[in-house]
Amino acid sequence: MEYGLDKRSNALKIFNTTFIIVWLLVACFPFIWTFWGSFKVRADFFSRADWWYAITAFNTLLETGGKFTTDAYSQAWTEGEFWKASRNTVIVTFFVVTISLFLGTLGAYALSRSTRNYAFWILIAALIFRAMPHITLVSGYLFPFFQLQIWGILPTTIVVLVAINQPFTLWLLYSFFKTVPKELDESALIDGCSYFQAFRHIIMPVMWPGVITAGLFSLMLAYNDFTVTALLLNQENHTMVPKIQSYLGTNQHEGNLMWAVSAVVSATAPLFMLVMFFQRQVISGLTAGAVKG
Amino acid sequence: MPNKTFFWFFLPTGLAMILFIGLPIISTGIQSFYAQHDQVVKEVKKCDPFGCTVSIVVDQEKTSKIREEKPLGKFNGFGTYVDRNHLAIEEIRKFWNETNSFGEFVDQVTNLPFYKALIFTLTYCLFVTPNVLLLGFIIALSLNAVTRRIRGPLIFGTILPMIVTPLVGSLVLFWMIDAEGIIGANLQMLMDDPYLSLKSSKTLTWITIIIYGIWHHSPFAFVVFYAALQTVPQEPVEAAIIDGASRWQRVRHIVLPHIYPVVTFVALISLMDNFRVFEPIIGFSAEGSAQSLSWLIYDNLVNEEVILFGSAAATSMMTIVGIAILLAPVLIRTWKEFRTAR
Repeated sequence: MEYGLDKRSNALKIFNTTFIIVWLLVACFPFIWTFWGSFKVRADFFSRADWWYAITAFNTLLETGGKFTTDAYSQAWTEGEFWKASRNTVIVTFFVVTISLFLGTLGAYALSRSTRNYAFWILIAALIFRAMPHITLVSGYLFPFFQLQIWGILPTTIVVLVAINQPFTLWLLYSFFKTVPKELDESALIDGCSYFQAFRHIIMPVMWPGVITAGLFSLMLAYNDFTVTALLLNQENHTMVPKIQSYLGTNQHEGNLMWAVSAVVSATAPLFMLVMFFQRQVISGLTAGAVKG
Repeated sequence: MPNKTFFWFFLPTGLAMILFIGLPIISTGIQSFYAQHDQVVKEVKKCDPFGCTVSIVVDQEKTSKIREEKPLGKFNGFGTYVDRNHLAIEEIRKFWNETNSFGEFVDQVTNLPFYKALIFTLTYCLFVTPNVLLLGFIIALSLNAVTRRIRGPLIFGTILPMIVTPLVGSLVLFWMIDAEGIIGANLQMLMDDPYLSLKSSKTLTWITIIIYGIWHHSPFAFVVFYAALQTVPQEPVEAAIIDGASRWQRVRHIVLPHIYPVVTFVALISLMDNFRVFEPIIGFSAEGSAQSLSWLIYDNLVNEEVILFGSAAATSMMTIVGIAILLAPVLIRTWKEFRTAR
């Protein structure tokens, strides 16, 4: 909002700039600091003697001979089997995104084109489902999954994450589909297309921005999930986030805490890059349902 | 769209939601009425030259057999709901009769696990939600006043706390605030107290988790408010400037009324999310002094000896009731709007 009429006083400008700088420091510094610290040894990053060691790298120099070390990374990825965790994360994320987009676009398209009452009630039910804490759902899954002996494997977790993700995906895609004019598919129907053909050949090609946004959110959910993956996967199949938690363990020996630090950086970096790339889509998704009130 | 077409389009997602959200809630409900089996004990007579002793040991064979036959456990009715780890009806009655002052009574009750967790969860919601709205709104206002060219990177920096998973976000902060981290160590120096640490004080832990919550959720409020600010019409604002309205008056009487629906939306979403607070407790390793309802369920489910399905399910059901109470006003309003719309 640039108003010709609106003259800001200098004091206000200075206050505003200071506020933004302080907030950005609060928001970003923890990540920068962790990134910096992940190249140190534990005695420096978690220094009992003097926190200044984390900057001068006193112990890192003593222990490794250099100011920076990638020991934590190489150990976590090989010995700590973080490679396995990241492979599992890639598998889970890929399938969750694909399946939930497939189910979500079909369902949301139907909801947006239906004029019946039940469409409204389905959306309300989805809102209630969205509010369920995941841990309460997990407490419902565990027992039946143990009985059916499908606990601990990746496919189960993928299906569960897809389902948990559906309410949000439906709402998001529903509001995107609403912006596509009805006349578009109606004319296709008149020309003799079936609903599915109209959906496939007329609507989907103009829906890509919405689909990308919905895909990003499914991706973030699957990638970031802790509750479901920690409780529904066995040790062998753990994804990145529960793996990080397992490094924290109660009886941590020397190396493990630094493994967690480097694992946190390894897990966060791809996410940050992705968001940097798709910033516009993330923001449009967050506001899709909201701004229209 | 005809009903039949709708059905086939909606079937896959509907099935997924019914099977993995609807049924689990029912399954939780059923589980909450069962409790795990007691161990079967037997008397073993041991005789040695000095005489015979009778000792009581667990009959492993029978115990595992009964567990296999009835894996759900024994029927317990509402027993789990009222036991010491949940509503603790009997304990509360006892405290009521035995304590002398009301303060003491409250003290005793808030030491029971369920009420302790409930109070933490509510405190967290109560402090985090309004502050998130406020901070998010201020950031949106002040970023909105910045030159358009540099807004992109500033927005990216602002939303970072939101896109990392709560566990990672809380760990990153914890490593700085801990006694051996950069902020913790400096605080110790400033306060001249070498024993000052997060773990030593309950109040400090609560404050830290609440600050974490504000840090993590504000970017969401910011993004929504920022988008809403873009839609504020210019004419009334300009008219107000000409009429001599101050900046505060403009925000109060033009901007806020315009974005009011969005404020309720953000408040609702962030209330829902705050009510399930759980991962920061693990990230800050604050189990000792701060427990939330979700954490109680998690703790039951990772129990080492035998998973306490019944106990976890009972807490889950009560959490769901809590969510329902939170959502009720919104649902009633939507229902009324829907009726009048028809």
